[in-house]
Amino acid sequence: MMDIRPILSTLRRHKTAAALIVLEVALSCAIVSNALFLIGQRLERMQAPTGLAEAELLHIRLRDIAHHDNAEALTRRDLATLRALPGVKSATSVNHVPFGNGSSDSGVSLSSEQQTPTLTAALYLVGENALATLGLKLVEGRDFLPEEVQPDSALEAPEPKVPAVIVDRGTAARLFPDGSAIGRSLYVFGPSPMRVVGVVEHMAIPQPNGPRGEYLTLLPVQPSYDDGNYLVRVDPAQRDRLLKDAVAALQAVDSQRIVMERETFDDLRHEYFRQDRWMAALLVAVCIALLVVTAFGIVGLASFWVQQRTRMIGVRRALGASRMQILRYFQTENFLLTTIGIVLGMAAAYGVNALLMRLYELPQLPWVCLPIGAVTLWVLGQVAVLGPARRAAALPPVVVMRGA
Amino acid sequence: MMLGYHLDLALRSFRRSPALTALMVLAIALGIGASMTTLTVFHVLSGDPIPGKSNRLFYVQLDANEPGAAPPGAEPLEQLTRFDAEALMREHRGERQVMMTGGSVAVQPAQADRPPFFASARYTTADFFPMFETPWRYGHGWEAADDTAAARVAVISHELNQKLFDGADSTGRLLRAGDHDLRIVGVLAPWRPVPHYYDLFAGRFAKTEQVFTPLSTALQVRLPIAGSLTCWGGRTTPDPRAVNAPCAWLQYWVQMPSAADAPALRQYLTAYSEQQRAAGRFERPSNVRLRNVTERMEFKRVVPGDVHLQLWLAFGFLLVCLTNTVGLLLAKSMRRAPEIAVRRALGATRRAIFGQFLVEAGSIGVVGGVLGLGLALLGLWGVRQNPASYAQLAYLDGPMLATTLGLALVASLAAGLLPAWRACQVTPALQLKSQ
Repeated sequence: MMDIRPILSTLRRHKTAAALIVLEVALSCAIVSNALFLIGQRLERMQAPTGLAEAELLHIRLRDIAHHDNAEALTRRDLATLRALPGVKSATSVNHVPFGNGSSDSGVSLSSEQQTPTLTAALYLVGENALATLGLKLVEGRDFLPEEVQPDSALEAPEPKVPAVIVDRGTAARLFPDGSAIGRSLYVFGPSPMRVVGVVEHMAIPQPNGPRGEYLTLLPVQPSYDDGNYLVRVDPAQRDRLLKDAVAALQAVDSQRIVMERETFDDLRHEYFRQDRWMAALLVAVCIALLVVTAFGIVGLASFWVQQRTRMIGVRRALGASRMQILRYFQTENFLLTTIGIVLGMAAAYGVNALLMRLYELPQLPWVCLPIGAVTLWVLGQVAVLGPARRAAALPPVVVMRGA
Repeated sequence: MMLGYHLDLALRSFRRSPALTALMVLAIALGIGASMTTLTVFHVLSGDPIPGKSNRLFYVQLDANEPGAAPPGAEPLEQLTRFDAEALMREHRGERQVMMTGGSVAVQPAQADRPPFFASARYTTADFFPMFETPWRYGHGWEAADDTAAARVAVISHELNQKLFDGADSTGRLLRAGDHDLRIVGVLAPWRPVPHYYDLFAGRFAKTEQVFTPLSTALQVRLPIAGSLTCWGGRTTPDPRAVNAPCAWLQYWVQMPSAADAPALRQYLTAYSEQQRAAGRFERPSNVRLRNVTERMEFKRVVPGDVHLQLWLAFGFLLVCLTNTVGLLLAKSMRRAPEIAVRRALGATRRAIFGQFLVEAGSIGVVGGVLGLGLALLGLWGVRQNPASYAQLAYLDGPMLATTLGLALVASLAAGLLPAWRACQVTPALQLKSQ
C-alpha cells in the first residue's frame, strides 16, 4: 500500500499510456458484462421447463395428400393403433406443441359483454388422455372427463359450446387474482361460458421465444390429424424404436398421408433452440477473443513501461528494495489502472444496456453481471502484468545502473 | 519517393520488434475479421430486394376491424379481408396490383416410385410475375382471364422443375397437386429475393415458393392455405376464407408509375374506406397505411435482432482492438525516441516523422486487413453453418471486399494518429543529451 504515491506520480507522467489501458479495460468490461448477460439470458431461455414429460414424448405430424372426408374417424383409429403398440403408455392429439411451428391465440374474457378481452392466451386444443400423455401436473380440480372431449368440427358451429377448460397456474392467477379459479367462467367463443375444471402447475406456450405472452388455456377438443399433431408417451428406453414403429403403424392405417414431422420431443427442443445456442457460443467466442486482445494490450504496454523505467528500478533495487517490492509495484499499478477501467466500464455497461434496452427491448442488466465482469478483468490484468513485472523484478541492480 | 523510404523504415522497425508487430497485426485482423463478418451479414439482409421499384411498390393496409379492437388510429390490421382485396382488384387503380397468400400443396410425382411431398405455394393473381420481376426459364405467367376463370394453371420454380422434370421444359405438362391437375404454363429461373419481402409472414428470409397458382383456383379446389389469419366479430367463423367473412388474411400490393403517386393512392384508399364506412362495413375511423418496400422492411424490422446485436458486438470488439493498437504503437514510438531525435537532428522535418509513423501504422493496417479478410471469409463460412434461414445467404461481394480493406486502412491510420503526433513532438536536443 505504501507504493501507491510513487505509482500515482509516475502515472501522472505517463497519462496517455495509462489512459489507453484504462480505456481498453473499460471497453472490455462494458462489452463482457453485456455479453455475459446476453449469454445468461439465452441459457435461461433454453433451460426453461415446458411442464411436459419431455423425455418420454414422441411427436408425429401427418398431412393429407388429398382431402379426406373421414378425418375424425381416422384420427380415432390412429390413436387406438398408437395406444395398442407395446411400450406406448398413452397417446393424444393436440393442435400445437411447444417448440412446434404454429400457434393459435385468442382473447379470453371474464364476461360475455366485455368489449376488450382480459388477456390473450394460447389456445391448446387437446384430445383424450391429454394430461396423462403430456405429463402435466394437476394442482387443483380435475382432468377432462371422456364425455367432455369433442371433435374439432364442434368449433365450426356459429356459437360453439365448450363446457370445460383447464388453465395453468400463471393464467389462473392473472384471471382470478382473488381466489381459486375452479368453477369460474371464461369466454373465448362468443356468449357461451367455459367453466374452469382444473389448474395445471405449468405448461409452456407453443412459441416461448415469440412475442406473445405466457398465458394459455387447454380446451377438450380433439384435433383431427390433418390439423394437429400426435404426441405419444412411451418408455424412454425404447423411444427410438417406438418412433419407427409408431410411424409405420400410422402409415398402415392409411398410406395416403405424408409424414411431415417425426421426432422425439428432445430433438424438437434441441432444434427449436439452435439459434440461441449458436448465438451463445458466438458471444462466448467474442468474449474470449476480447479478453485475449486486452491481455496482450496490457502485456505490451507493461513491457514498454518496464523497459522505460529500467533506471528507476535499478535505483530502487540499489537502495534496498526487494524483488518482491518491485513485483508488487507493477502489480499495484496494474490493479489501480484496471480498477479505474472497471469503474468506467460499469458505467459504460449500463449505458450500452440502456441503448440495447431501447433498441431491442432487452431487459435491464442484472447487477450480478458486473462483479463477474469486474473480477474477470482484475484477474486478467494481474495475469497479464505478471510476466513484465517479473522481468522487472529480475533485473540485477548493478547491470541496470551501469547499462543506463 | 518519401513513401518508399518510409516503407523501408517501417520494415526495419517491424524486424526489430517482430512480436509487437505481430500482436498489432493480429489485433487489427481480429477486429476487422469480426466486424466485416457481421457487416456482410447485415449488408446482405438489409439490401434492396427490388432496386428501381422499391419506392413505388406499395403495401396496402385498411382498418376493417371491429370498433373495440384497438384505439383509433393505431396500426391497422396487417392484411386485407377478401372482400376489400377483391374490391380493390376490380377497381384497378394502380399500374399493377396483386392479392395473395401462401400455402402448401401435396405434389405427387408422375413416376409411381417417387413418394408424394409437400411443396410451398403462393396463391396470387396474374400481375405477381411482372410486378416482382420474376425471371423466366420457360413459358410465362398466367393471364388475368385465368384469375377470373379459376383456371387450373400453375407456374413452378426452377427447383421443383429440376425435381419433377429433370430441368426439361415442362410447360404444357400437368402438376398433380392434391387430387387436382394443374397445367404448367411457366417455369421460373432460379430466383430468391432477399428478404422475402413480398410476404414477410412466410418467413423473412424464406425460400421462394415452389408452386404458384391463381388464388381463385386455390380457393375453388381447396388447396391448403397457411399464414396469418385474424378474425373478429365475437364468434367463430365457419369459413374464414369466404368473401364476406370478418377475417383478414390477404396481402395486397400496388405498383404505381412513380413514387410521387403515393398521395393519390392514399387519397383513393381513404375514399374507399369512407365508402365502406358509409355502407356500414367499416366501423372504425378510416385509417389507411401505405408503405413502399423500403418502408415496410424497416417497419417490420426485417433484419433479425441477433444480427444487429452481432454488429454492435463486433464493432465494440474492433474498438478494443484499435485501442490496443494505439497503445502498442505508442509504446513503440516512445521507445524509439532516440532514433527519432537522431533523424530530426539530421534534418528530418516534423512532417517527415509524422509521415513515417503513419506509413508504419498504415502498413500494419494493410497486412492486418488482408489477414482480416481471410478471417472474415472464415467467419462467413461459420455463419453459413448457422441454423437460421438467412445464414446460407452470407457471402462476401465486391463492395464488401473493398470496404474490408478500406476499413482496415482507415482504422489503422486513425490508430496511428496519436502515436505519430507524439513521435513528431520529440525534441531532438533533450533526447540526444540524455543519451
